[in-house]
Amino acid sequence: MQALSVIRRHLTSAVGAAVIGAIALLPVSAQAGPTLDKIKERGVIKAGVGTIPGFFSPDSEGRWQGLFIDFGRALAVTVFNDPEKVEFTNSSPQQRLPALQAGEFDVLLTGVTVTITRAFKLGFHFGPTVFYDGQGLLVRKDLNVTKAVDLDGATIGVQSGTTGELNIADFFRKTGKKFTPVTIEETGEFLKALDSGRVDALTQDGTDLAAKRTQLKKPDDYILLPERLSKEPLAPAIRAGDDQWLEIVNWTVYATIQAEEFGITKDNVDSFLKSDDPAIKRFLGVDPSLGEAIGLNPKFAYNIIKAVGNYGEIFERNVGKGTALNLERGYNQLWTKGGLIYSPPFR
Amino acid sequence: MHAPVPPRGAFRPGFPKPGRLAAFRQWLGPSPFTQLAVLALVLAGLVYFGGNVLATMDRLGLKPGFAFLSQRANFEIGESLIAYSASDSYGRALLAGLLNTVTVAFFGCMLATILGTLLGIMRLSDNLVISTAVRTYVELFRNTPLLLQLFLWSALFHALPAPRRAISLFDSIFLTNRGVFLPRPVVVVMPSLTGLVAALLAVGLVPLIARRLFQVRAVLRWQVVSGALAIIAIIAWVSGLSLAAEWPVKGGFNLSGGLSLTPEFAGLLTGLTLNSAAAIAEIVRSGIQSVGKGQWEAARALGLKPRQIMRLIVLPQALRVITPLMTSSYLDLTKNSSLAVAIGFPDLVSVANTIGNTTGQSLEAIVLIAGVYLLLNLGVSLLMNRYNRRLLAKEARRA
Ligand SMILES: N[C@@H](CCC(=O)N[C@@H](CS)C(=O)NCC(=O)O)C(=O)O
Repeated sequence: MQALSVIRRHLTSAVGAAVIGAIALLPVSAQAGPTLDKIKERGVIKAGVGTIPGFFSPDSEGRWQGLFIDFGRALAVTVFNDPEKVEFTNSSPQQRLPALQAGEFDVLLTGVTVTITRAFKLGFHFGPTVFYDGQGLLVRKDLNVTKAVDLDGATIGVQSGTTGELNIADFFRKTGKKFTPVTIEETGEFLKALDSGRVDALTQDGTDLAAKRTQLKKPDDYILLPERLSKEPLAPAIRAGDDQWLEIVNWTVYATIQAEEFGITKDNVDSFLKSDDPAIKRFLGVDPSLGEAIGLNPKFAYNIIKAVGNYGEIFERNVGKGTALNLERGYNQLWTKGGLIYSPPFR
Repeated sequence: MHAPVPPRGAFRPGFPKPGRLAAFRQWLGPSPFTQLAVLALVLAGLVYFGGNVLATMDRLGLKPGFAFLSQRANFEIGESLIAYSASDSYGRALLAGLLNTVTVAFFGCMLATILGTLLGIMRLSDNLVISTAVRTYVELFRNTPLLLQLFLWSALFHALPAPRRAISLFDSIFLTNRGVFLPRPVVVVMPSLTGLVAALLAVGLVPLIARRLFQVRAVLRWQVVSGALAIIAIIAWVSGLSLAAEWPVKGGFNLSGGLSLTPEFAGLLTGLTLNSAAAIAEIVRSGIQSVGKGQWEAARALGLKPRQIMRLIVLPQALRVITPLMTSSYLDLTKNSSLAVAIGFPDLVSVANTIGNTTGQSLEAIVLIAGVYLLLNLGVSLLMNRYNRRLLAKEARRA
């Protein structure tokens, strides 16, 4: 089954290549702020995602679940007031960037790292960072390695098209050590390379590796080194040149963050409707002035919280304490509690 | 008197009007206006789409062009025939990928030809076990997706034991999950006994070579070959060079020395070879069957043995049918090698994809991939067509 889905994915990637060619077919007229129009016409948002349990993966009923998935649902609420009007498609790290360029997706919710090259040379805009990560190394325990520099001479699996492919080369050049990369596109094959002993270590975003470790045949034979080789701020990515769509993505994410800061949750949001705080009134659309100004449903924030909860709830439900990943909030804690998660004011 | 009107069929091949435009007219065929209209439409379409591509890229802030090829690549490639490191350019990275593609395609074609020919002949064996076994092989490999087969071979090579517990064959070939290690032929600078023997042999062959030079026709091919080998050996001996092998040795955590094939390369090569061999076996079978029964009977009447009949009578004639089909098998194999990316072999496509991804010049990367495959395939076609023409010419001379 795995293999079949792989074949299907390769077929879709072939289609992806064709789509690059099909940029040619897009009429030039469809230019200013076209994404929202196209989405409304289509009736559904198209989001590219990866496959890591906790971040994005279909559950036993085939329904997508995960931290990034919830932001996709939140977007669908903002646009359609219906969390189901978003279609998730798996796309490998290698294929997803050109696929977004080619218009195959309206948004990538795949753990794309914000980089200047992607902004300027790939022509992307990024929404707010929804997860602060860093590149890690998942290593076979019997190598007795505790630091990345100890991996001198090792064979390391890298996933093609990721920032990790570049970071690891930088790291070894910086430290004057040597390594042999095995560059693999497909996520399943990437994991298998470590399982079979083909490589001594894998490198990818740290949390990705934490999730991968649980998928190995013998997780206890491997450790995730505590060291992080890079900054990997993961954010929703869209094609450049559509300010309206960018702002929708921005404020959808901010709404979940602001809600957490206000202490508004999925369960208690209705009780806040009676709040006397003018800021909360504006935020939840009880005072409709804000929503009118920005051309969205004045109650979009309320609807989002009602559907997926606030940022903290999204985090805890998918990757936090008690989940398989069991992650600490760390940098992904609210700024008021020492983290980096911050929303500009809703006013 | 009327001016002479050109006959209606003037544009038809066979009736070209003389003159400088004859070739052009001939090429346009019997309905030149339709042809030109279609051509104009296609060109207009290309211009329209091209313009759209540029406009769209401009809107996304992408600058088309190949200037990026000279910039630093900043990523590593696992295996390369040329020296390559992350500080080299994107252009050099592409070259490394291209050489990997060419290597796997070249050896794939060679091995698939040998195996496929053997299988094709075995398929026609009177022995039911052999022919059924080959038939099963062919059906199996032709009716399952190649990508699946590649995953299987890749998994198999990955499932080999770690270097410390390598499977060794005669202590010279080692199979491990880090690669297959083989003895590597190396040139040693030292006069040797082999060189001497070869030289003596060569001296014995000189008359034969001389005869060849003096246009004596009846020199057999093996004599020419051994003559050439002998000359090489003499040169080697005189200059004190000789051939030896460097053996892989086990030691520590890995093997060192010798020639090592990575599991990705070995998996890809195996997959492509076995898959193409199935197609080639069918081609060879049909080629052999295309040679009339009468040929066999005549040859048998002359007292030739079956092996001789095959080698001297049937195969040479079958080649006429086989060669053009073989070309398309080679082209398939070359193109199929691009599935490498799925199992982690850094071929041209894999490298170009990474480049497209990190530079944002995906369109250029795709254009490069397409261009290079086109050139590779045209090259293969050219060689094969030339071979085919020679074959036909030889046939014609004989007839
Ligand atoms: N953050 C890196 C890596 C991106 C990446 O590979 N992300 C992970 C998720 S955090 C992923 O997609 N893994 C493979 C998959 O899900 O198929 C980048 O932007 O290049």
